[in-house]
Order: sequence, then C-alpha cells, then structure tokens
Amino acid sequence: MKIGIIRFPGSNCEVDVWEAWRVLGQEPDIVWHQETSVKGYDLIVLPGGFSYGDYLRTGAIARFSPVMEDVIRFAREGGPVLGICNGFQILTECGLLPGALLRNASLHFRCAPQYLRVERADSIFTSLYREGEIIQIPVNHGEGNYAIDDAGLAELEANRQVVFRYVDEHGQANAAGNPNGSRNNIAGIINLAGNVLGLMPHPERVVEEIIGGIDGRRLFLSLIRAWERRMQHGA
Amino acid sequence: MVKAEVVVTLKKSILDPQGSAVEKALRSMGYSVESVRIGKFMEVALPEEARENAGAILEEICQKLLANPVIETYRFQVVE
Repeated sequence: MKIGIIRFPGSNCEVDVWEAWRVLGQEPDIVWHQETSVKGYDLIVLPGGFSYGDYLRTGAIARFSPVMEDVIRFAREGGPVLGICNGFQILTECGLLPGALLRNASLHFRCAPQYLRVERADSIFTSLYREGEIIQIPVNHGEGNYAIDDAGLAELEANRQVVFRYVDEHGQANAAGNPNGSRNNIAGIINLAGNVLGLMPHPERVVEEIIGGIDGRRLFLSLIRAWERRMQHGA
Repeated sequence: MVKAEVVVTLKKSILDPQGSAVEKALRSMGYSVESVRIGKFMEVALPEEARENAGAILEEICQKLLANPVIETYRFQVVE
C-alpha cells in the first residue's frame, strides 16, 4: 500500500505517523505540501501539528496548500483519507467533513490519555475494533471542540457518521469524559461515502507497548486490511 | 490603493469561551458587563485597479478564507 503523509509548514506529527506505519511493516512517504499531485498513493494521511502556526484559524491556510487540490480530488474519487488532529481541522476547512473545530471550551490545552468508544466497526478505519469497544488514545490539542449546527448534528447521528466518541472510564459519553466540550462528545467522524475520517485523538502515539499502549494499532491495521481486500478483488 | 476593513465574528449560536473569560475578568475588575464576544479585525489593501471590483473580490476572499461560514459571519467596508 502506498501511503502519503502530507507535511505542511508547522506539521509536527508526520514523523510519528510515518513511524507508526513502519512499525506495522509499511513504507510510507512524507509528501511536502508544495507537491501538486498525490497520484499513485492508495491512502493519504493529514497529520497533527500546527500547520501555518494555526494562523487565522486552525487548518484554514493549509487547506489551500498546492497539494490539497489533488487531495480533495483523491477524496472525492473515493480514495481513503485519514485526518488526525490538525488533519481533522484541515478536512473540515475543506468541507470534506462537516462542522468545525473550535477552541476547547475550558480554554485549556489538553494533553492526556483519553477514553474513546468505537461507535462503528463497519468502516475501513475500524473493522478490527468491536462496536462499543472502549479504547484509550491520547489527545493533544487546544482546539478540539467539535461544533456543528443542530440540523447538521442530527444528520451526522442519523447517518451514523460518528465513529469515535469521548467517554469516561466507565464508557459513558458525559461531560466528565469530554476533554474539550465537543457536541455530543464527538471525537471522530466519517463522511457519507465512508472514505474520509477525521479524529482529534492521536492513534499513531499508541502503536507500541513501550510508549504506553497499542489501542491505535488497529486503526492502521484496518486500513491495511481494507487495501488488501481491494487488491484481492482486483480493484 | 484600496483599503478595506474586515470584521469576522462568531455566529451567535457558537460558544465563545475566550469572550467569557474576558467577561469574567472585567467583572472581577469591578465593571458591570453583560457580555463580551471576541472577533477578528483585518485590514486588506488591494491595488488601485481593483477598486471597481473591490466589493466582489472582498466578498469572495471573506467566503473562501477570511471567515469560516460554518461558524463565523463577516462584514467589510472600503475605507479608502
């Protein structure tokens, strides 16, 4: 599987993402944002960080980087795109995912392990998880407060587009388990077509026991499995 | 040179924790304040040739970049 991890000026998690894929036997590329084509890639990752210093709004300027026109084309043609943290912010700014990410309601930057509930195991990103499973993946953000209007929220929930939800240690999606004030404790969402996922937590940080956990592994492994299946069917 | 001032504010339905923090600070300083909301002010200068089309250009750049229509509203005026 050819994996392209986009590096914007200010991205700082692209190497962690690269390392996570390598731990799982893959050989990803880091793609500089000035590239104008992502042709040949089977998966694009938009990593975390502070692209363009978060100037104006998080992800607002990265969204117009030269590479993004082709990433958007790739996504609209069904190519898998994974946006992590700043990557999720960029995906909402592009309109590839609905809603927006605002400043954490508490105004505190949150860097801590976080319990999540996997709401759907029937996506290319989560097929190796169990629906309802509680996992722990760290968050590391000051602007992870997911906002959307009432109509948009109703649609998201009705269409089962919420893939990960913030929960407390008992698996309850309540205020105590919500690190940033996100509506309905939304931590990660998928588009209607099922090929674009954005999430605020950092799965690449929990792929080896030695660094504190492995709950992130299965997100990457699910994507590998989905690609292998596509290859078998001669897609 | 065409000079325009752009103001971008959060939609009323959007929580503004920064504004709330400032509001609380003002109250603790002894002021009676009903509410504070924080927005952005930008000065955009366009070349003189753009004067006739300035309104349309500003509209476009506000929609595309300066404001996020999901959570913000904007207004602008040409001041020079």
